[in-house]
Amino acid sequence: MSETTTALPDDVQRLIGVPQYEEVGEFPVERGYIWTSCSSVENGNPLFWDDAVAEELTHGHIAPPTMLSVWFRRHRWAPGRTGETLALQVHFDLKERFGLPEAVITENTMVFYEPVRVGDVLRTHQILRSVSEEKRTKLGVGRFWVIDVKCFNQHGDHVGTDIYTGFGYRRD
Amino acid sequence: MSDYKRLLLSDVAVGDTLPTLTYDVTATTVVLGALASRDWRPMHHDYDFAVRRNGLRNIFLNTPNQAAWFERYVTDWTGPTGRLGRMQFRMRDSVYPGDTMHFDGTVESVEQDETGCGWVQLAVALTVDGQTKTSCNVRVALPTSPDDNPWDRRGDRWRP
Repeated sequence: MSETTTALPDDVQRLIGVPQYEEVGEFPVERGYIWTSCSSVENGNPLFWDDAVAEELTHGHIAPPTMLSVWFRRHRWAPGRTGETLALQVHFDLKERFGLPEAVITENTMVFYEPVRVGDVLRTHQILRSVSEEKRTKLGVGRFWVIDVKCFNQHGDHVGTDIYTGFGYRRD
Repeated sequence: MSDYKRLLLSDVAVGDTLPTLTYDVTATTVVLGALASRDWRPMHHDYDFAVRRNGLRNIFLNTPNQAAWFERYVTDWTGPTGRLGRMQFRMRDSVYPGDTMHFDGTVESVEQDETGCGWVQLAVALTVDGQTKTSCNVRVALPTSPDDNPWDRRGDRWRP
């Protein structure tokens, strides 16, 4: 990987650290989806299947931590909806802003705080943390960016952050 | 107290390996995983789209479902008192129907933080035919004694 240019436009610089795309989940966290997710990977953790274990350890039913992003994915269709908000919209904004036709997520880190509980209605926002100088990789020439997706419950407790490193590029 | 597996911090040492999990992936695995994570994108359920439009071999496992697989793998080992703090993963290649996934993990560190919380750092790999498809680093809290419960930690006492 090598650097090719240095400048970061002012309009992009101004977005760094600024919360964008605040959004509220379309439905409360529910056990049906928790069971479907556990079933899909044959996860028999009694925390999600056994009421007594859930009560003893977490004082009620919680969701698997890695389901964090699931609670923000919109229905495939909903009545009266117009337009489309893409998950990780900041990623697609940067791709367009820099005129980079291709983009991939190269790394994903999830940090888990207060457990997500059945009945919670979560909200989220996205924060651009950094944009690199132009770099050349085996994929092509482009920029790396880091985006935090911070998630909270209805009480304002921080439940988790998804940190994505994206690379927008054009092929050589 | 309910009867379940309860791995303690003192049961773990650097260099320990986790039992291998092996799983044969089918189209149903991929589609179920995508829909369970509310991922409606066609490359995870539409063979023609994946092959003709994206130029791939088949539909493939999506990212959130891979995270769910890693969580299942780690908590199979810890039992329900294991509490995930942080998971970092990097995908190198896709997992397709017909692949046999192998999950393997190694303990990289064992420590207690300033608040007394017990932490284990794991390096986990998802491989197919010996090739790493996804590598994953996991920080998971374990009880430091039979009476300790990492799920009780809140605020400044939880530092993932």
